Amino acid sequence: MEKPETPILAHKPARPVGIVGYGAYVPRYRLPAREVARIWKGGKDEAPVREKSVPGADEDVITMSIEAARNALARARIHAHEIRAVWVGSESHPYAVKPSSTVVAEAIGAPVSIQAGDWEFACKAGTEAMVAAIAMVAAGMGRYALAIGMDTAQGRPGDALEYTAAAGGAAYILGPAEESLAVVEGTYSYVTDTPDFWRRAHERYPQHGQRFTGDPAYFKHITEAGKQLMKDLGVTAADIQYAVFHQPNTKFPQRVAKMLGFTPEQIQPGLLSPVIGNTYAGAAMIGLSAVLDCAKPGDRILVVSFGSGAGSDAFLFRTTEALVERQRLALQTQDYIARRTEIDYGMYVRLRGKLAD
Amino acid sequence: MEIPRHWRLKKQRYSLQGEICPHCEGKIFPPRDVCPHCGNDARTTFTFSGRGKVYSFTHVTEAPAGFEETAPYTVALVQLEEGPVVTAQLTDVEADEVEIGMPVEMVTRKIRSDGNERGIIIYGYKFRPVLDGAR
Amino acid sequence: MREVVIAGIGQTRVGELWDISLRSLAYQAIKAARRDANGLMPDALYVGNYLAIVTSHQSNLGTLLADNAGLTGVEAFTCEAGQASGGAAFQMGFMAVASGYVDAALVVGVEKYTDAIGSEQEAALAISMDADYEAMVGLTLAGQAGLLMQRYLHQYGAPRSAFGAFPVLAHANAVNNPFAMYRRAIDQQTYEKAEPVADPLNLYDQASYADGAAAVLLTTPEKAQEAGIRHPLVRVRGSAGVIDTLALHDRPDPLAFDAARYAVQRACEMGGVLPGEVDLFEMDDAFSIYAVLGLEAAGFAERGEGWRLGQNGDLRLNGRLPILTMGGSKGRGNPLGAAGVYQIVEAAQQLRGEAGANQVTGARMALTLNLGGPASSAFAHVLEKR
Repeated sequence: MEKPETPILAHKPARPVGIVGYGAYVPRYRLPAREVARIWKGGKDEAPVREKSVPGADEDVITMSIEAARNALARARIHAHEIRAVWVGSESHPYAVKPSSTVVAEAIGAPVSIQAGDWEFACKAGTEAMVAAIAMVAAGMGRYALAIGMDTAQGRPGDALEYTAAAGGAAYILGPAEESLAVVEGTYSYVTDTPDFWRRAHERYPQHGQRFTGDPAYFKHITEAGKQLMKDLGVTAADIQYAVFHQPNTKFPQRVAKMLGFTPEQIQPGLLSPVIGNTYAGAAMIGLSAVLDCAKPGDRILVVSFGSGAGSDAFLFRTTEALVERQRLALQTQDYIARRTEIDYGMYVRLRGKLAD
Repeated sequence: MEIPRHWRLKKQRYSLQGEICPHCEGKIFPPRDVCPHCGNDARTTFTFSGRGKVYSFTHVTEAPAGFEETAPYTVALVQLEEGPVVTAQLTDVEADEVEIGMPVEMVTRKIRSDGNERGIIIYGYKFRPVLDGAR
Repeated sequence: MREVVIAGIGQTRVGELWDISLRSLAYQAIKAARRDANGLMPDALYVGNYLAIVTSHQSNLGTLLADNAGLTGVEAFTCEAGQASGGAAFQMGFMAVASGYVDAALVVGVEKYTDAIGSEQEAALAISMDADYEAMVGLTLAGQAGLLMQRYLHQYGAPRSAFGAFPVLAHANAVNNPFAMYRRAIDQQTYEKAEPVADPLNLYDQASYADGAAAVLLTTPEKAQEAGIRHPLVRVRGSAGVIDTLALHDRPDPLAFDAARYAVQRACEMGGVLPGEVDLFEMDDAFSIYAVLGLEAAGFAERGEGWRLGQNGDLRLNGRLPILTMGGSKGRGNPLGAAGVYQIVEAAQQLRGEAGANQVTGARMALTLNLGGPASSAFAHVLEKR
């Protein structure tokens, strides 16, 4: 069959859709990067973040998703019975086979007549679920759909990823634009087969292509997706108040922001990796929740995720008058970040079960 | 493996679903077949707010099988704001920060595995000091 | 009801009895009790046991133990009420003889705790709690006691160190009990240095769980005479069992130990005696806080004041109300489902004047109190020298 000539443009929902509720979660423990450097680099190493969040022994993607989803419900001020999809994106689902989403749905009181499923696309599993949720609401197949990006990321002891592999994420309830605190102006995704980072079945820790994860992977996909979305929607960085990019460390999102024409001030509120690390499928999602916590009505927010393997989902949101009163209906992202208990490498090893094998 | 037993109790465990007595309106948790307040059958579900106060607590160092990984841990009697008292672990708190009367809120956490690491993960209620944040 | 007397008593050493099986352990006590009763043949065997179904993977102990003891053709089954199983089995034996259903009933309490090891032991013990709402969240028996002690300290402002009086007393009395697990005294300093188990509860607040078996042969005074028994007979004057909520959290007042209160009241009413008339009190000291709450529930102290009784010598062998006269569970060792039968055996030793160096002078009447968990069930008995 011949390749169609029509250029593929940004997706705009057939009927207007927006975020009606959102909620973040970050566990309380923090492992300073200097602790990793102390154990593995003789204390001398340039750390990619200041510290990272670490889940408690009784936490996993399911428990963290439940709390984020409860926060989202509190902001949406809807009953869980009105939700028609519960989707959890993660690369650390507690089970290899058995959905995280069914536990989350049951715990928050969602009805049985829902779509439920777990999404996997490295660090963009959550935003992939969000695109699907937008589509579901736009298609009229449900009034509300819940999309969660959450991770308790894995890093092999001594690997560069151990500085950053963190835990956290956010939940979003997508619904009709007229009830929204932020309306979806459009989305665009850019996907190729680029093996920059992977974890084979039954493996405990991922492998990565080191510097190959940079230009051909992270930067290529984010810039392509971000540029195309802005072009299609006819906006420039100057028309946008805030930008959030996937944040595997501190430098990558700073550099990609510059490449797309954004100032450090525009990315500052959503740049959480220096203090919580890389929350993988949660990273872009929780960056957005931090921005929503402090944005004003009418602000435009660009979000571009990146998932290894590889792809980026770009979103442009515009906040509404409803945002302000909902910001305080649940704990804010910075409340969780401020709740901080520092641990040493020994406690980290225990909490993450790294003695087990 | 005791899958049916845990499956049957998931509503109670995940979200503190108890009962309200249709006869005397007493709130009941954990659910019981007979209302402890008036002696009638109690069957109407009621979901508790999850807010309460520590009535008493203890720090368990000798943990039973299934709980070794998280020991030592704190178990408390938590008086829910609706009245009933529930036995639950406290989480996200240091042992020396706990005191009788401390306000706590319910969170859903991993309780333990059914059997070993190959068994299902059992999730359920724990309580943590109330997180108020900037609200 | 017919009068019921104790025709024979028997007990084994309490401890980590690695080399003896559940059935043989029970048989040692049965054999001793039957010999003490001059060979009187029982018509029934009632077994007090709590953990065999988990630790020894064995049910139907009635048949197993009767069969092994050569008691063919008798009625035999287990009475189970958690740690109060011994008290329950004794009550069953008492009722069987008192009612005329049988002429002689053998009661054996047996526990083979050390057949399980490590954290499996704590998990086994947890079966007497509410499995769905207590054990499931990681509560332990010691944890229950810890919760009560914490609340007691908060509510009444008792000094933490006051609880040491109970293990110190129990150990002192166990020194002269040849069947005891710990035949050495401890002092207050040792107590205060002990490591926490379920803070504020420490290692010495908790009686060590152990193996052991005790047996009692019950019959009528006439049958005892026919059997030519020469030792003094002990009469069962009162018997009562009462329950509370299984889970601690379901009680409006967890420190009340209401089941213990009502069991003592009813057993004393049945015997027509007042608690204050007894010469000794074999009570439950599985945890020091249970001894304190038991004393208050039995009416020997006001609420919140039970700890004071340990401070002034009242509870010693020569005191106003001797308790734990052979070492209690703390000194003798806590054989769990057998503890209630040990209490009866020890009270009978006192009433028969056979308590050796620990003899309570002129002891004629004894009260026993056996608790299942934190007085989730309670069995009280009043015994009297005939």
